[in-house]
Amino acid sequence: MSAGPAVPRRTQGLKRSMERIYAAFIKELLQLRRDRITFATMIFIPLFQLFLFGYAINTDPKHLPTAVLIQDESSFARSFLAAMQVSEYFDIGTSAASGDELDHLILSGRVQFGVQIPAHFGRDLIRGERPAVLVIADASDPVAAGGAVAALQGLSSSVFSRELTGPVANLAPKPLPYELHVHRRYNPAGETRLNIVPGLMGTILTLTMLIFTGLSVTREVERGTMESLLAMPIRPVEIMLGKIGPYLAIGGLQAGLILAAAKLLFGVPIIGSLAVLVALTLLFILANLAVGYTFSTIAASQLQAMQMSFFFFLPNILLSGFMFPFRGMPGWAQVIGEVLPLTHYLRIVRGIMLKGADFMDLEADVLALAAFTLAAMIIAVLQFRQTLD
Amino acid sequence: MSADPAALPASTSDIVIDVHGLTKSFGGRTVVRDLSMQVQRGLIYGFLGPNGSGKTTTLRMLCGLLTPDDGRGTCLGYNIRTQSAEIKRHVGYMTQRFSLYADLSIRENLEFVARVYNIADPHAAARNAIQRLDLESRAGQLAGELSGGWKQRLALGACILPGPQLLLLDEPTAGVDPKARRDFWDEIHVLAHDGITVLVSTHYMDEAERCHEIAYIAYGDLITQGSVDEVIANAHLTTYNVTGPELTALAEHLKSLPGVDMVAPFGTALHVSGRDAERLDVATHDLRKSGPQVWTPGHASLEDVFIDLMSRTKDNFA
Repeated sequence: MSAGPAVPRRTQGLKRSMERIYAAFIKELLQLRRDRITFATMIFIPLFQLFLFGYAINTDPKHLPTAVLIQDESSFARSFLAAMQVSEYFDIGTSAASGDELDHLILSGRVQFGVQIPAHFGRDLIRGERPAVLVIADASDPVAAGGAVAALQGLSSSVFSRELTGPVANLAPKPLPYELHVHRRYNPAGETRLNIVPGLMGTILTLTMLIFTGLSVTREVERGTMESLLAMPIRPVEIMLGKIGPYLAIGGLQAGLILAAAKLLFGVPIIGSLAVLVALTLLFILANLAVGYTFSTIAASQLQAMQMSFFFFLPNILLSGFMFPFRGMPGWAQVIGEVLPLTHYLRIVRGIMLKGADFMDLEADVLALAAFTLAAMIIAVLQFRQTLD
Repeated sequence: MSADPAALPASTSDIVIDVHGLTKSFGGRTVVRDLSMQVQRGLIYGFLGPNGSGKTTTLRMLCGLLTPDDGRGTCLGYNIRTQSAEIKRHVGYMTQRFSLYADLSIRENLEFVARVYNIADPHAAARNAIQRLDLESRAGQLAGELSGGWKQRLALGACILPGPQLLLLDEPTAGVDPKARRDFWDEIHVLAHDGITVLVSTHYMDEAERCHEIAYIAYGDLITQGSVDEVIANAHLTTYNVTGPELTALAEHLKSLPGVDMVAPFGTALHVSGRDAERLDVATHDLRKSGPQVWTPGHASLEDVFIDLMSRTKDNFA
């Protein structure tokens, strides 16, 4: 009909589309700003959670309560117990009078470790009879006992170096005929917080972003504003981008606060590029916003949207490698884990902060995250009902 | 503020709505059946019918919010099935329930609408609309805090802000006080005078009489349409006004008589109507002669006609 050239009309269409996205963006931002409690929640809850979990979670527990049953009065027994105490893993505070009492102390959970040094331990040792020290560990939680048991094994090679000299020097353990060098890279001291704080950033962002957009479309349906919105000339993709926009900014703010706290309070380094970290964090935020928005278009009510968000959130924390080692899971669980955005983000955030990885090192995870985001957005737009049918 | 002329449809014709055989059902229940209607430009077209008769569904099909199961037609010259994006651009739809954002101020709501319709200066457009609505002193107030009458005014203001050619108003005056109702209708007449076509659904008879044309829809069927006079004439009702004592007892008695199709109290009088004048006269002959009430030949009102239509369609349904 009109004879105008095609290109200007297309740019004109794009400009009009941008205006409509801006309309939805401003509207959402104003609504958000008006809801002061939600707004405050968005800023303080993540920080609160970071402090709580960042300081609370420790996967290498020390000073574990330990009971002893000593039936030998030799210096060997005293040296052994002293070495345990020095390792910092064991707090020897209880002494048992019998084997039964030791069992009971462990069974009742009052102590995590029981050590029994048998009668004539020192004498038998010097005679070369290889007497046994019995260490009973409550290993029902393997993580809680693991570090201490490993320390015990390290301790056994050097514990009697002072006693086994002179005539009994031949009983001292001989050095291995080779040397083993283990480099514990990126976290040589094995500090939990270096691993957990970047992971917390991912889980906190996942939860808050999911919930905020998860409610955004269902809220309009429940309040009746959707009917008006649908009668206006605004497209589903424009509504989505406009609605996601303010939360992307808030997610960025949250991430900034968490990063600052991670560095200043928890001493987590940012070895890699901060710019790359910020860019990929925004991509991750976008991925979760897109998922939440998709739920919002599927759910019939805000409650349903919340339920879907939690169903999605649980595998994200349990199967992503945040709580448990990713490589410890069976193959099928790893496949599920690979689909989740948090899995890839954890590799990205730990990679950049702790290992100094750059964009190229993380290419596969970045692509996976981008593909996930795109797919979620396409589903959301297709799923968005443009009519009330 | 008016729409981009290049985007105007080919229809410079005077028929704004032209639909045939519209049918829509939800879960096996037919809500609108084989509905056809034409509405001329600049008319105020009233849409009447009992609750659940399909008025809202019809309005929603016209503006692209619902896809008809069957039927075809155009709205402003655009195909209602395939061109709903264009229709939305030129139609203002005011929902039955207040559907602007309660947590945005009046000004913010209007600016949002202006931006969605790509109006060049949203601030100015909102300012003009606020002036027009006489809402300057409340422009910063949250829409959710307004009274029913003001909410409805604001909703109308938001509808006409983008300069639509057609307004679809779904029971706009439900729950609004009489003064606000009157102001609202004055506004609608001004808009129609400016060339906007208005399709308005309502329950109120006095509002129906303010329309240029009306259509009566019941249980999905369009029963009758035309001007108020035409609708009354087409009903072929013969009516007596009855005044005097003991009207309640009389009414009960009359309802049992053959040929009396409708008995309705109107203030201190009773309207007694029948579709067949001869049978009505025969049935009421003795009563009219003996009294003690006074019987005078009257005119069927629009309400008589609608109550009659409603009872007739209900009978058909049963």
